[in-house]
This record gives sequence, C-alpha cells and structure tokens, in this order.
Amino acid sequence: MVELQRNKERDWMKQRVMVASLCVLIVFIMLFLRLVYLQLIKGEEYRRLSETNCVRLKSIKPSRGLIFDRYGELLVDNRPAFDLVIVLEDAGSVPDTISFLSSLIDEPYVDLMEQIQKAGVGAVYKPIILKKDISRDQLAIVEAHKFDLPGIYVEIEPTRHYIHPKTAAHLLGYLGEVNKKELESGHFPLLRAGDQIGRYGVEKSFESYLQGRRGGRQVEVDVNGRVVQVLKTVEPEPGNDLHLTLDLPLQQLAEDLLDGRDGSVVALDPSNGDVLVMVSSPAFDQNDFIGGISNNKWRALMENPGRPMSNKAIQGEYPPASTYKMLTAIAALEEKAIDIDTTFFCPGFYTFRGRKYHCWSKYGHGRMNVVKALAQSCDVFFYQAGEKTGVDALAQYARGCGLGRPTGIDLDHERQGLIPTSAWKRERFNEAWYPGETLSISIGQGFNLVTPLQMAVFTAAVANGGTLFRPRVASTIKDVHGQVVAELEPEIIGGIPAGKHTLDLVKKGMVDVIQGDRGTARSIRIKQIQMAGKTGTAQVFSRKTGEKFNSENQVRTLQDHAWFVCYAPAQNPVIALSVIIEHGEHGSSAAAPVAGTLVKKYLGLLEPEQPADAPPEG
Amino acid sequence: MMFDRRLLEHFDWGLLLLVLFISGCGLIVLYSAVMAGWQGNGLHSLFERQLIWIGAGTVVMTGVLFFDFRHLNKLNLVIYGVCAGLLIGVLFFGQSGGGSQRWLSFGGISVQPSELMKIALIISLASIYAARVSPEGLSFRQLIKPAVICMIPVGLIVNQPDLGTGLMLLLIAGSITLFVKVEKKVFLILAGLSGCIVPVVWFFGLKAYQKARILTFLDPDRDPLGTGYHIIQSKIAIGSGMITGKGFLQGTQNALAFLPEQHTDFILSVLAEEWGLVGSAVLLVLYFLLISWGLNIAYNCRNLFGSILAFGITSMIFWQIFINIGMVMGLMPVVGMPLPLVSYGGSSVITNMVGFGILLNISMRRFYTS
Repeated sequence: MVELQRNKERDWMKQRVMVASLCVLIVFIMLFLRLVYLQLIKGEEYRRLSETNCVRLKSIKPSRGLIFDRYGELLVDNRPAFDLVIVLEDAGSVPDTISFLSSLIDEPYVDLMEQIQKAGVGAVYKPIILKKDISRDQLAIVEAHKFDLPGIYVEIEPTRHYIHPKTAAHLLGYLGEVNKKELESGHFPLLRAGDQIGRYGVEKSFESYLQGRRGGRQVEVDVNGRVVQVLKTVEPEPGNDLHLTLDLPLQQLAEDLLDGRDGSVVALDPSNGDVLVMVSSPAFDQNDFIGGISNNKWRALMENPGRPMSNKAIQGEYPPASTYKMLTAIAALEEKAIDIDTTFFCPGFYTFRGRKYHCWSKYGHGRMNVVKALAQSCDVFFYQAGEKTGVDALAQYARGCGLGRPTGIDLDHERQGLIPTSAWKRERFNEAWYPGETLSISIGQGFNLVTPLQMAVFTAAVANGGTLFRPRVASTIKDVHGQVVAELEPEIIGGIPAGKHTLDLVKKGMVDVIQGDRGTARSIRIKQIQMAGKTGTAQVFSRKTGEKFNSENQVRTLQDHAWFVCYAPAQNPVIALSVIIEHGEHGSSAAAPVAGTLVKKYLGLLEPEQPADAPPEG
Repeated sequence: MMFDRRLLEHFDWGLLLLVLFISGCGLIVLYSAVMAGWQGNGLHSLFERQLIWIGAGTVVMTGVLFFDFRHLNKLNLVIYGVCAGLLIGVLFFGQSGGGSQRWLSFGGISVQPSELMKIALIISLASIYAARVSPEGLSFRQLIKPAVICMIPVGLIVNQPDLGTGLMLLLIAGSITLFVKVEKKVFLILAGLSGCIVPVVWFFGLKAYQKARILTFLDPDRDPLGTGYHIIQSKIAIGSGMITGKGFLQGTQNALAFLPEQHTDFILSVLAEEWGLVGSAVLLVLYFLLISWGLNIAYNCRNLFGSILAFGITSMIFWQIFINIGMVMGLMPVVGMPLPLVSYGGSSVITNMVGFGILLNISMRRFYTS
C-alpha cells in the first residue's frame, strides 16, 4: 500500500518534471532565436557599427538660466564663445601648425604648446583647447586660413555674459570651473569636469535652479571623428531664469554715487524685505572671471586696499556709531529707564566715575528729551540712557532687532557682526565688564559691529512698524517658457521688541533728524516729502596692523566712517536705506546726500541740481 | 562512518564534467574580458582571483558531497535561521558597497548572506512541500507557512536594497511552488493578486533609478545615454560576432571598453563578439544540458524532498541564465545578474558551486527513499 502510494507520487512528480523541461526547452529556443536574429540577420549591420567603432556619446551643455532685475530688465545672459582647439591626430606636424597659428592670431607660441603638453599623452583623438574665447578678429583670421591649419578647429561654447559689467557684481556673483573634489563629493551628479558652477553671489546660491540639465547625443562618427549621423538625441534642459528684486536704475545710480569711494549701500522695501539696491564699492568685473581670471587681474584685486572681492553689504563689519542710538532709545524706553518726559542736560560732556565722556558738540546741546536727542544725536543723553539700561539689556534688544546675527539673506559668507554682553567679554578677554564701556556702546562705539545689511533690515523694521523681514534677493524663478517654477515669498524673521508708543517716539526723532531745524541731516530735506533717518560717524580707533600704507593712505585710513540710515516717505515708507562710506568723515556730509539722492530717484523726484552740503556733525 | 560503495558507483561524473567544462569556458571568456586592452604584466588580478574562487568553489562542492542530503531536511530550520540571522546582522553591522548594504565581514572574509539565503530558502521550501504535496495541489492554508518563510528574507534583502536578489528569491520560490502544484482556484487568485500588487510596488516600492531601468527596457529611446547606451553597445558586440566571431582576444567592442561591466554581467557579449553564433550556441547548449541534467536528477530521485530540492536548485541556475542572457540581448530590463560559472564574482561562484554540490549529492543518493 505504501509502495503503491509512493509509485503514484513518483509518477506524478515525473510528470511535473516533464512539464518543467518543456518550459525550459521553449525558453532556450527563444534565446537561441534571439542570438540568430542579432548575429545572423542583423549581424552585418552590427559588424559595420563595431568596425568603425563609431557610436559615440557627445554631451550637450544646457544653457544656464538668465537673471533679470525686478522690472524684467536682463542683467545676465549667455553668449557664444569661440574656443580654439587642436586634434593632434589630424594636425600633421604640430610645431609647424602651431607656429603658423601663433603668428596669425598673435598669441605666444610657448603658451599654445603648453596647452598641448598639459593635455598629456593619450589625447590624440580628443580636441585639446588651445585658447578659450578668442576674439572675433582672431576667429575671422582662423576661419580664413582654415585649410592651412590642419587639425585646428573652432568649438562654440555658451558663455556667461554680464550685460552691465561691475553692476551689482557682488550680488550677481560669477562662475568658476567645477573642481575635482566637488565632482567626487556627489553633490553635483549632473556635472562633468570642465563645467562651470556659481562661485559667488546669486550665481552660487541659486545654482540648482540656474544650472539646467545636460543633454546628449548618440552619434555615428567616421574614422576621423566626424559625425556621420545622429542616432539619438536627448535635448538639454535649460536652467531656470531668476528674477531678482534688484532695481537696476537705482543700483546704477548708487554705484555712481559711490564711485571712487569705499563703502556700501543697501536699499530695502520695508513692506517685504526686497533688496532694491546692494552696492559694495569698489566692485570687480564679473566678465574677467569667465574662463578663469588671469593672474595679473587676480593679484590686482587681492592687493587693492579697497577689498573689491568682499561684499561689504554683508561682510563689512563696522561700528554702528550714532545710528545705534535708535536701538539705545528703544531699549531704554522699553526697559523704562527713560520715558517721554525724561530729560538730561548736555553741557558738552558727561562725567562718569571721575572721567569725562565728551559729546560730539563741545558746546553742549542743553536740555534734551529722547526725540531731541535723536534729532541732534546728543551723546550725553544716550550715555545716561544706556547707563540706566545696562549692557545686557541693550544686547538683548539689539538681538531682537536683528543685530549680532545673520539676516539669512540668500548669499554666502554673511557676517553676523558683534553685540557685546558682559558674559561675552568675560569669555573673550577674561575680564569683567566696565560700566564705562556701557557708555561707549550706547552711542555705537566700542565693541559693537554691524553690517550695512543688518542696519538696513533694522531701519526697514522701524519704518514698517516693527517687522523684521529676511532680505529677499529674488522673487520668482521661471522656466524657459515663462512658467513659474518657484515663488520666493517674503519671510518674517522677527519683530522689534517694542510697543507702538516707543517706535513712534523713535520715528519722531528720526523725522526730526531731517525735518527738524537742528536735525543732523537737515541738508537733505526736500519739499515734496518727509524723510526719517539717522546719521552716524564711526571713529576708526586704530589702523590694522600688518598693512603697509603710504603716507597719503595713512591719513585717509585714520578718518572716520560715515553712516546714514533712513526711510521715506516718513508716513508711508516705501524704501529703507543704509549707507556707509569708509573714511567718509561725517555721516551728515558724506553718507546722507547719497541716501537723499537715491530716495529722490526712487520716488521720481530727482532734480538736476543738488542742495549744498550742510556743516558736518555727528 | 561507513562508506557506501554504491555511492561511488552512482556518482554523477557527467554533471561534474559539465560543471567543470562550463567553468573552463567561462575562464577563457573572462581572460578575454579582462586581458584585452590591458597594459599590465602577467595575469590580470581579476582573472587570478576568479581562478581562486573556482578552486575554492570546487572544494566547497566536494565538501557538500560527504553527508546525506536528507540531513538537510531535518536541519532545514536551523540553516534557515542562521541565514536569516546573518541577514538581520547585515542590517546592523553590514558593510556598504555601491549604495547598498549587503556584506558581512568575518575576520577578513566577506560573505553576502543574501546569496546563502537562496540555498537556505530552497531547502526550507523543499522540506515543507515534501510533507504536503498531493496531486490535487496545495490549498491556501498550506501556502501560509511557505509564504512567511519566503517573505521574511525577501523583505530584508529588498531593504538592503538589492532588488535583483530579492526578485530572484521570489522567482525561485514561485517556481518550486508551481512545480509542486497549487489548486487551480489558488493559482487563479494568486495570479490576479499579483496583478494588483504590481502597480503598488511600482508607485511605492521602487526607487527612481529602478523605475528608469524598467522604462528604458520598455522604450530604449528613453535613456539613449545611460542604460540604453549599454544595451545598444551590448547588442552591437553580440551582433558583430556574426557566425564565427572575431576570434579570441579580437573583440573590438570589448577591448575598447565600449562594454559596461564586461567581466561581470555583460560577459556574454564578450563571448558572442569573439566566438560568434557558434560559440554562443555552444554555451546555450551546455546550459541547456546543465538544466536538463538537474531536472533529470529531480526526475530520478526516489525521495520526494530530494526531487523538490533538486528542482529548486535547478530553477535557481535557470533563472540566472535566463535573466542574464535576456538582459544582454535586450530582451529584459538591466538588473544586476551574473551568468552562472562564467561571470566574475566570488559570491556567485560559491553559491552556484554549493548548488551543484547538492545536485551531485542527490544524484549519487537517488535510490535512497524517505
């Protein structure tokens, strides 16, 4: 019985194996037929393809996204550049060809030969770049002598073009060749050696949008590497276009106003944080960086005492000087150290613990309340207001107003400035905080450091009733067909920790700076609208060690920095500005007129003649 | 241990010779693949290592002969447990390579537990099914345990992520299950169910690059610069071999490095280019013989467990061959799947050699009943 059962089981199993074998046979016949199809029927064709060894992949670079200003004015586009290349295999006698070429286009023979040597062996079939971005004249000559220059070809490469050289250079930035380390890091899976990526400015921070996607072509080539036919093409995807918040005419005017001087201007829209202007002077020409900057130009940039490569708007850290009195006023009022009725008498100095702290006006301002003190920038008033508030409370309000921390703008290497506290000093210098130092920081001297952008954000917040916006450099990203890819919404990063009453007092003081009879910036007053602002004159205590100055420079570098922050119109502000002129001496004479002119331009009130400068003050 | 003289009499010399012969052919092709266009002195290190792997594999294969395969039936849970434990170990201590975590290292020797799991799963399924088969087929209730046994390692391996090996386990388990027969009703429901699962897996289970590969297979024009390029170059290599091939070491597609992975997954392209239709057909015939031999062992075994086990091992070899050859000839999407005994790779050689060892073992003890 058991045996019978087993036999039955075995027979059944055998039957299953037979079915399986049949399946296997069918599969193998199918595979064999496929082999016959590939090797017999299509064999000739594939043999030909393999013999000429001719299917190559050629990559097609995407065109990088364009950059526009807020009105849709084109700032950055791409132009074709012509690269001169040599294919050694086709060149015949290389030295003869190169020396003839060298005489034609007037480039040193050794430079051209060096490029070939750098390419090394094994590059017989590959084009070697002899000279990037040749001029139109050189192109014409090479084309004319094409038949005398075997193996020399011209390749067209899309190249970045900055339409207004030096304009907003720090904001726009520039490109550089991707390096080996970045390629190996895996962060840029689409890039190959020789590709360009953003190195500075929005070119860098918006790289992923601007870059686009490489395409490619499967081509059949002949023995000389010439394309016989295109088999398959994957079109490159062009990068997305970037629409900045920048106001090009205003930016250009600001740059003209700062021409020849070191400094920075930032203008924001107080209602949303849009960066209308961002100037850092002196600037550099981004077009110089295309295809690698020459050593001479780089050295000149590095040795320029004006530090053209640094974006002073976000990297320049300056003592805020009297512009800081806005902050001291806010902190003192909110901490109830002073109120609207508090007055201090200014005889021109303030004696604290046996030491005299001078006011900028040696004759004194007389009896001052907070509004008058702001308008006339009375140091004595703020010494006492700050002293009553205390260093740590001042620091707390400063941080609340966005100082001492990065604003979070979409640009790299933003500095955060410095807002000192007693704890900071103990840690940094292992020393207690001296009460006298509180007096210094109350008027923005001492350890405090701010960037022009931070002051602009702060001023814009005062103007709009207390909202701190993250400075927004770009508003929209659109694809090549104009479809919106991303909207960059305004972003609130905090609020001034002060009530309306406090802000109204500060604003009144700031209006009186310009509109008041004794305001420090009354010289920029205009009939049509009211403005509000604050001057500042930052003392340069000591010059940096290790720098070499000639005597003329030495005098210059000991002069004070001139600050001016403002917003306008005072009642319904549409623009907030922060201006610093390094070694400009006085805020009222050097910086305020720049801001005044820009406000007038922005509001469409600019007249040809300028009002005369008022006497300098702090 | 008493030596049974019958074992020697029944030893399957034919299968052993076939395995060694295919390995020998494989080495010749691998020599072409790694030596053509190579500038170094002596033998290429990949070739030397493959020699060592085949030597080690032969030793392992011989080792597998010395015990009665029926012990595997009793030990099936232990083997399965150890392999599953190693897979879980990979999860925590594994080494990464090429974006996934597949390897475990024991004092300098790296093992890939997912490879061992193939054998363990076959043994376990054979053991379960041997106790339950009936000509009417298996019911749903009887399929629950095999399904659990199968899905645990599949889940762990797909998680590594190694989709190819996970898929391989499913194919093997599916083949064995169909081989022992399921009820018609069960078959229809399962077929319908897998039809529903496919879209779920597509949208939630697959990574972007995996989807891209499948789409590229369905429409090679989608990615003419990536996988599509590999397939085209592979087809050019195979097609250009024509009837007699370009000759040993004469393959231009191979030598000029137009072929991707020519020593592992795409090694058949090298063979077809240099030896033509004649050489490729010979390899196909050898493989067909090998599979038939395995099925014949299943056919002749008097022990139900042995039959199912032999079938399972044979199906493992078969699927590798089918998927790999289908892939290089552009019949299937590109998945990482080596060609048994020919492609370079230690794990693959050892696993397959263990498989052949089990086949030889069953064959020489085919008259043992349960």
